[in-house]
Amino acid sequence: MKHIVQTTAAATALAFCLTPVYAQNFNDPEEFAKQQAQLTATANGPADQPWVQYIGDAMVENAGMEGPATVCFSNAGVNNPWRVVGYTNMLEELKLHDSIGDFVHVDAEGSDDKQIADINDLLAGGNCDVMIVSPNTTAALTPAVEKACEAMPVVVFDRGVNTQCPVTFVHPVGGYGFGIQGAEFIKDNVDEGANVLMLRILPGVDVLETRYSAGRRVLDDAGMNIVGVEFTDGDNAKTKSIVEDYLMRGTIDAVWMDAGATAVAAVEAFEDSGYDIPVFVGEDQQDFLRKWQDEGMTAIAPTYPTYQWRTAVIAAARVIEGEAVPGPEWVLPQPTITQENLADFVNPAMPPLHYAMCGCETMDNYPQAWGAQ
Amino acid sequence: MSDQATAPAKRRAPFRFNPVWGLLIVLIIAIVVMNPGFAQPTGYMNFLKRAAPLAILAAGQVYVIVSGGFDLSVGSLITLVVVGASMLTNNDPSATYWVIPLMLAMGLGVGAINGMVVCFLRVPSLIATLGMMITLNGLAFMWSGGAPRGYLPDTFRFFGRELIRDVPMVRFIPVSVIVLIVIGGLLAWAMHRTNLGRMIHAIGDNPLAARLGGVPVNRVRITAFMISGLSAAVAGILLGGFAGVSTDVGFGYELQAITAAVLGGAQLLGGRGSVPAAIGGALALTAIFTLLNFLGLPQPVRQVVQGLILIAAVALAMHRRERTGT
Repeated sequence: MKHIVQTTAAATALAFCLTPVYAQNFNDPEEFAKQQAQLTATANGPADQPWVQYIGDAMVENAGMEGPATVCFSNAGVNNPWRVVGYTNMLEELKLHDSIGDFVHVDAEGSDDKQIADINDLLAGGNCDVMIVSPNTTAALTPAVEKACEAMPVVVFDRGVNTQCPVTFVHPVGGYGFGIQGAEFIKDNVDEGANVLMLRILPGVDVLETRYSAGRRVLDDAGMNIVGVEFTDGDNAKTKSIVEDYLMRGTIDAVWMDAGATAVAAVEAFEDSGYDIPVFVGEDQQDFLRKWQDEGMTAIAPTYPTYQWRTAVIAAARVIEGEAVPGPEWVLPQPTITQENLADFVNPAMPPLHYAMCGCETMDNYPQAWGAQ
Repeated sequence: MSDQATAPAKRRAPFRFNPVWGLLIVLIIAIVVMNPGFAQPTGYMNFLKRAAPLAILAAGQVYVIVSGGFDLSVGSLITLVVVGASMLTNNDPSATYWVIPLMLAMGLGVGAINGMVVCFLRVPSLIATLGMMITLNGLAFMWSGGAPRGYLPDTFRFFGRELIRDVPMVRFIPVSVIVLIVIGGLLAWAMHRTNLGRMIHAIGDNPLAARLGGVPVNRVRITAFMISGLSAAVAGILLGGFAGVSTDVGFGYELQAITAAVLGGAQLLGGRGSVPAAIGGALALTAIFTLLNFLGLPQPVRQVVQGLILIAAVALAMHRRERTGT
């Protein structure tokens, strides 16, 4: 996974250099404020089904088409556990829609070039009625998505594109929101001036940069002492070593992380060195939730919900059926897992890196389809 | 050059002053200056614990390098061991007792296949083990489905994670450091004190002369790959124990192991190399990472410095070889 992430980072960096028009600012105060407001906004729709909820009121009408129709999905990749869970959600959601006949999935394996070629192939094949795109990177995929828009309705989710042509862009609140939620929790649970260690996966990836810039802004404003910002490469052994090194040099009162896959390794560094576990920001992976429950930690799990993969299918089905969908952006709520609802999400039968905020617990094939033992 | 003429010199090699030890001492002093806590047992024992998997891997890699080859499959073998162990133990603490021997046997088996492909199919070791690396990565992916499917029980993690406490003088010793001392000692003995070690040197130095001199070239070469595979299995058990399951745990370890061996003065393409110096190289490599962590430099600067130090260190090792003519 690491090299794929690095390739993605390199591709992002290259795209960043080549297209200054699309140069993104990862520390944008306006976007920060917008997402901060969205975190507390009341979403429309049924509260027990966050995957069909939406923030804001704008809707897009659809003409509809004769069903059952063929939905084609150009997927950036199924190359990390988050995407494995999401894709499973998607396959299960498809079974709930009679208006979707065939489903064609093409996997770009984390490559911009392959995804552009995939989309062109799908268009040339002429069998698709609606296209779902989960772009590998934003700028590189924009022209391909624009071309697809000319031929059929398009639904984009997860990462966006720099065009308004898709019917809707499905995504949770976003990276700033993720960073804010964790940092606010630290602010509420330690004293001013406390030592905070920030652990990141790697530099240069848009969704991770915004999490960090927002978290940093909140922690700085709260007068926290940031003892270090370190990159872990998403590697458990490196994460554990880094935390052990910091513990040799002084105390740590809280750990903020931009993703939770290595959170358990970071917690173990405290345990194995004989320290109490400090305030922790993880994510909704099962192994972290279990550790949190077993050790009685003070922790929070912001999420980047995998249920958005369900929402993309729902949006496509509504396009076929001629129903209105939230658009041009379908902003999903981005809940956190806290001490109060932790027990609802812990399930020891699930694999360690199952993302618990999947909205999949009530689906027919849960939990077997998601790899439960 | 005859085998007999070079063998005695090789036997003394580990005890002659090797620049890798100087490099290691300089790095350790720099770390202690940066962070006096490193001189405490917690500091240096954590360091040794962290370096143990790479040190064992480098010690195994030296066998293949001295015999005149490369083993690029060790990183993916580590991943396969960790993923496989998590699937096979299936959260059952008592399964450790048969899973660990099975993983060690798998390491030997992969090494044997590598060796046979090189010897009998005449595929250069660079390509043979590169192919094996890709194959094993695919196997690990197929087995796990791309995401970890289980946890490793504490009995399995004992070797990589636990400490033996209340030890006089040093307070505690990580189990992985004991594993390093035992395995490192055995590998050093086999390389520098047995006939096997002499034969490995001989086939790396001049395979034709070795064969004419009665060395069973294929058998010795396959043995070297098997030792490397075994060391990867041990490293996998330690790494899985240290940090738990992940599906890319061994990524990059093959090049680090080769770098460590070369830092220790091993000659790529064979004939020369020392197990203790390769372990020293692994410790120096880990010390470079640790020092750069302590300096708190930004990530890109760290990578630049790390690369430059590596090139300089290997250049130093080569310079010394020219001067001594060994």
